[in-house]
Order: sequence, then structure tokens, then C-alpha cells
Amino acid sequence: MCPEAIREITILPGRNKQGEPERFDAITIRPGETISIVGPTGSGKSALVNDIEIFAQNDTVTGRTVLVNGRQPPEEFVRDPAQKPVALITQHTKCLADLMVREFLLMHLRSRKIEDETVVQRTIDLANEFTGEKIRGDMKMTSLSGGQTRSLMVADAIVISNTPIILLDEVESAGIFKGRVIETLKRYGKAVIFVTHDPLVSLLSKRRIVMRDGSVEKVIEPGDSEREALDEAIRLDDIICRMRERIRAGETFTAPVSA
Amino acid sequence: MKLVIAAGPPSAGKTAVIRQIIGQMRDRLAIAYMKIDVVRAFEDEELAAEFGIPTKKIYSGDLCPDHAGIMVMSDAIAWAEEHAADLLIVESAGLCLRCSPYTTQSLGIVVLSAVSGTNTPLKMGAMLALADIAVVTRIDLVSQAEKEVFRERIREVSAALDIVETNAVQGTGMRYLLRAINAFPEIENPESIVLRGAPPLGVCTICIGKKEIGWQQHFGVIRKLEGADYLYRGD
Repeated sequence: MCPEAIREITILPGRNKQGEPERFDAITIRPGETISIVGPTGSGKSALVNDIEIFAQNDTVTGRTVLVNGRQPPEEFVRDPAQKPVALITQHTKCLADLMVREFLLMHLRSRKIEDETVVQRTIDLANEFTGEKIRGDMKMTSLSGGQTRSLMVADAIVISNTPIILLDEVESAGIFKGRVIETLKRYGKAVIFVTHDPLVSLLSKRRIVMRDGSVEKVIEPGDSEREALDEAIRLDDIICRMRERIRAGETFTAPVSA
Repeated sequence: MKLVIAAGPPSAGKTAVIRQIIGQMRDRLAIAYMKIDVVRAFEDEELAAEFGIPTKKIYSGDLCPDHAGIMVMSDAIAWAEEHAADLLIVESAGLCLRCSPYTTQSLGIVVLSAVSGTNTPLKMGAMLALADIAVVTRIDLVSQAEKEVFRERIREVSAALDIVETNAVQGTGMRYLLRAINAFPEIENPESIVLRGAPPLGVCTICIGKKEIGWQQHFGVIRKLEGADYLYRGD
């Protein structure tokens, strides 16, 4: 698929909104790693993701440079969506065509010249690991919920696009099993970058990039030092997930909710 | 002076793309802008206020905007040169997908919206086929599969077309469009500029104001429902 295997991508610093240089030397991301980008609204999280998505060469507002395997990437990486090693999935990413899930995935297979049609079912099966609301091949794409759509887009990026780098921009908001998505992306050896406000997603990532005023404020690599907080986040997330399912099922909560 | 002519369906994002061009090139180039529209247009006032550049608009009224564009183009070039512009950007109204206002000695940009559906490029004909570069906007909103298919459909219409995908509000991917404008030569001789394609066929009896329905009521260029060719033919 890609003309060259991706061993690493490197982000080189640019400038903040006042034009001052960013205070980091380089951020290197390798397959199988997870990084979250956190910070208040307007701090430059999406601009950073955009820089990575288009492999900025000091030609965006931020002035950053993004290298692949230490070099400026070939132009097809940026210009041809079928060769691009990066899949960006945002909360706005949608399928607009009035197609069934199966037809939609087949359309993608054909554009990729993939002949093995069992890939369609494999993609749907993987998507169903990410969401509690079951997706079937004969459902209309336009009738899928936000959680189902994002689950399917992530599965599509893993199975059909097979991109080594996946950027997820605030996809956690609804109906998707975050922990399982992260686990699966690691298993497939993907480099995953989350833009997130979610504590669990942030703590599950190996590194956290903290944004402020348009620039990278710091990069935190907590190692095991946040283990307790992570366990607590997992416990709380589990409670919230189960409460959500029960609320959807019409149940009431007259007894205490246990972990 | 260089000439850029931008076309594209309504709401495709033509002005958003032009705003990016002006914003990113005005430090190095003096830019003038003209909008051709039918009834009302506001882009000239907005861009003049935002960037302080000379702008102009013309209303085509009952005339096809492409025809109006060709009529005024030599005046517009003279006007931009009076303002010592290095780059004149002309934006068409983009009323119908038949429009193709591109001339020789100009860089023809067609702007398409990725959210307009994957078959849209196949419906566009000359507006797409005669352009030099296609800018696909709102690329951030569509799925990966549709991005890829949209691109293939453009290639089906014109294999040689340069394609730039962008979120025009953010300006992602614009570097390739700016590069194409930078590399494009200046106007050599305004008097030898001609329209690239064949304009829509005229004049039919409807053009001259006969309003009755049915081909039986008309003469000259007519069309029946059945048995007609792709082109309108003279009776």
C-alpha cells in the first residue's frame, strides 16, 4: 500500500500564537504507540493534528515540520488519499452516500483494488467489537448512530485502508468502547494519536502532549507513576458504561451502583 | 500580471479558497479580485474589507454569467493593471455545471465540495474537464472511502487534472494550489486571450423570450423528450 514502511514520524517545533518558538526538540511517534493531545479549547490541538495529517513542512500557520523516517515524505503521502499513511477520523467524519454498510465497504474495497470480499464482514465484525449497538451489513450508513459510524470508520482504517498512523479527534464522546479501541489499535501495531478531553483515554496513552496558546507546552511520559489514577479511571468508566446501558434499557437505579 | 479564473457550483467554497489564496499570497503579490454574479454578490465588499485589495463585481442579469465574464474580461484585465496588480482573480457565479469560464493564458481552478456526493464530478462536464486544477473542499467531513472514490471520479473526467484536497477554512493542502499559481506564467498578450471551450449553444426561441411549453411551439434549436441526441440540434 505505502511505497515505504513507516518506522517513525517526527514532529519538529514551530511557533505559538505570539510567534515565539515552541519549547520541545522533537516528538517522535512509532507504530504501536499511543499519544494523547490535551489542552483547553482553542489551545491548538486540532492544528497539531492537521500538521501531522498533511505532513506540514513549515508551511502551515504553526510553522511545524513533520518528517517520516527522518525525511520529508513523498508528495503522494499527502496528496493521494489511497497512499496516505494517515487516517484522520473526527466527530464530523461521515458517510454521505445513501448506501448500505456492506455497499459502502465494497465501494472502498473496489477503490483500493482489493478483491477479497470477506474483508467486508471482517471490518463489520471488528467495528462491532468497538460498539454496543450492533452494526449489520444491510443497515443504511446514514441511519447509523454517531458511535456506530465512528466504530465503523476506525475498523475501516484498520482493515481496509490499513494506515500505520490513525488520528482520532474527539471520537470518545459517545457509544464507543474506548479501552477496546485502544487495545485493538495497539494489537494491530498502529500509531494512534488522540485529541481528547477524556481522562481515561488520556491516562491510557503512553504519552500526553499538553497544548497551550497554540503551542506544545509539555510532553508528559508518566510511565507507571499514574497507575492508581488509571485504575480509578477504569473503574469509574466501567460504572458509567454500565449505567448508560441500563438507562438505555429503561431501568431505574433505586439500589446503590457498585463498581 | 497573472490571471486566475475560479469556477464551481454554488456553495462549493470558491470564495473560501480565494480567501486562502489572498491571505497567503498578498505579502508578495498585489492582488485584484472580480466577482461575476447574477443578481446580488457581496464577496467583493467582504474581501475588500478583509484584505484592503481592489475588488469589483459585475451583475450578468439576464445574460449567462460566463458570457458576461467574457464580455468584460479585457476591461477587467485593464482595470487590474491600472491598480498595478500582479495577480487578478476572477470568480464566476457557478450557476450551472455547464459553466466553464476558463480562458487561455489563465490558470483555471474548479472548486468542488466533497460533500456534494461522489457522482458530482461525473455530472460536471466542461466546468471540470477544461480546468487546470481541481480543489476539493470540505475534505474533513467525508469518510476515507468517499474521498478516494471522489478522486477517482474526477480522474475519470480528466486524467491530467491536478487535484488539491482541502479544508478551505483551515487552509490544509493549499500549498499545492499556491505552488501552481506561483509556477503559472503571466499573461503574454491580453488581446490574444480566448475562451477555452465552446460556450453553451445559442440562440433558441426561449432565449429570445418565447415562454410556451413544448417543442412544437418553438423553432431553430429544439429538443424532444425521446429520440434526441445528447446535443440540441437545429430543426
